[in-house]
Amino acid sequence: MKIVDIQAPGRLSRTEEDLRLSFFKQLEIIPNSEKIKSCIQCGTCTGSCPVSYAMDLSPREVIALFRAGDIETILKSRTIWVCASCYACQTRCPSLIKVTEIMYALKRLAMEKNLYPPHFPIHSLQESFVKIMNSYGRLHEARLLVYYFIKTNPFKLFSFLPLGLRMAKKKRIGYFPEKIKDLKGFRKIIKKAEEFDMPLIQEETQYLKGAVGYGAVSKETVLEPKIK
Amino acid sequence: MDYTYYPGCSLESAHSSYSDSVKSVFKHLGCNLIELEDWNCCGATAYMSVKETMGFAISARNLALAEKYHRDIVAPCSSCFTILSKTNRYLKQLPDLNDKINQCLKEGGLEYKLSLRVRHPLDVLVNDIGIKAIKAKAKYSLEGLKIANYYGCQIVRPEKDFDDREEPVTMDNLFSALGAENVYYPMKVKCCGGMLMTTYEDVALKLSMENIESAVNNKANCIVTTCPLCQMNLEAYQDLINKTFKKDYNIPVLFFTQVLGHALGIDKKELGIDKNLTDDIKINGKLLHQLV
Repeated sequence: MKIVDIQAPGRLSRTEEDLRLSFFKQLEIIPNSEKIKSCIQCGTCTGSCPVSYAMDLSPREVIALFRAGDIETILKSRTIWVCASCYACQTRCPSLIKVTEIMYALKRLAMEKNLYPPHFPIHSLQESFVKIMNSYGRLHEARLLVYYFIKTNPFKLFSFLPLGLRMAKKKRIGYFPEKIKDLKGFRKIIKKAEEFDMPLIQEETQYLKGAVGYGAVSKETVLEPKIK
Repeated sequence: MDYTYYPGCSLESAHSSYSDSVKSVFKHLGCNLIELEDWNCCGATAYMSVKETMGFAISARNLALAEKYHRDIVAPCSSCFTILSKTNRYLKQLPDLNDKINQCLKEGGLEYKLSLRVRHPLDVLVNDIGIKAIKAKAKYSLEGLKIANYYGCQIVRPEKDFDDREEPVTMDNLFSALGAENVYYPMKVKCCGGMLMTTYEDVALKLSMENIESAVNNKANCIVTTCPLCQMNLEAYQDLINKTFKKDYNIPVLFFTQVLGHALGIDKKELGIDKNLTDDIKINGKLLHQLV
């Protein structure tokens, strides 16, 4: 069974249908990701997760919500951004579901669709990381912290001063970012890869004219995807 | 034996002591670590989780660069190790992805033919060099040392590589052969919070506190780890943990190569023990390196 054959019960809203298709596309690069359909809702993932107590949706609920056809709620929850990627859930899942990888797929989906939980800017860290990586080829930790806190909470930076000083005393802070030599080639690789990461044409689904509301958005009423 | 060495960004700045100790231990045991020319960041979890193809492409660039030397690539940082081996595994499993990535690499004049093996120094030390050979070269016994072996989550996960995913024993075997006592430590693969220390501090502090608490309660006199981020969270944030949870922990957190290096009789400076923020290990009031 392919991933795309996994259907949600009942009819989906238009946004939800789009999210679902994009999510399937994200799952495609995970080997054996179709196992997501064999979830038995045992809760081993939630029980194994060291940070599940801080999540508003537990990992088990994330999978349940996906199956119920409500990806939007998942993306608006803090859960995927709280995940510390320790792979405990994935290691223990009796149905061999790649839970952590699914969390990543959801993160990518959230970034692509610009859907984030309110007042919870963790995703800015990822953005800052990508920015630094693309300009130097290597990560510069001090800069990452500065970028992140400028975006989220500049006052927090001061609380890092004592620790920063202690680290500096032990010569554990690099002040200047190191660049890789072949930055040109590196950027070419990134540019090419970016083309593959572009939002998909498949999402440009055309809907029936005049069709509005819940009744208009089931599978049957959606036309074939129009390819540009 | 020769290996290609991939230090990773974190080992270049905040955790240079790890890099130094890995290099000196390998040198002492007669292995050559040759640093990969012009390596780039592996992408870490942050990059990998938000940009799929880009994440794999930049990580594969390192593999492509390393391939021409026909040596295993050794990555001490847990995150680098996980990401590089994950990329390697995915490229082998998914021909479509491999095709895409090679198209990207071609733009940079590179190609990856899937012939590389990604290794962790712990794996190389125990399985290539062997505990027997290490023991034969050991100068000092680690007697009196009560170690909480903290593997961290990413070195043995997500796929089984060289040790069990729930109950790894490689490091325990190594140190017990050298005379140390391994305390009961159920948190050996429990998460320390990782990058959450920057983004969601409350959660990471609690996780790190639990890891330290378990070590202290089981009467360990040091925590030994393989991961730079774990070392950072448990060591540099120990003061903040004490302040937040009203505890008074002062337990040294060292890299496994620092302790191993000491047993091999390598100079304290070369192992970068000075760079640790917590005090050195004390046994009966004496510092470890003063015992000899």
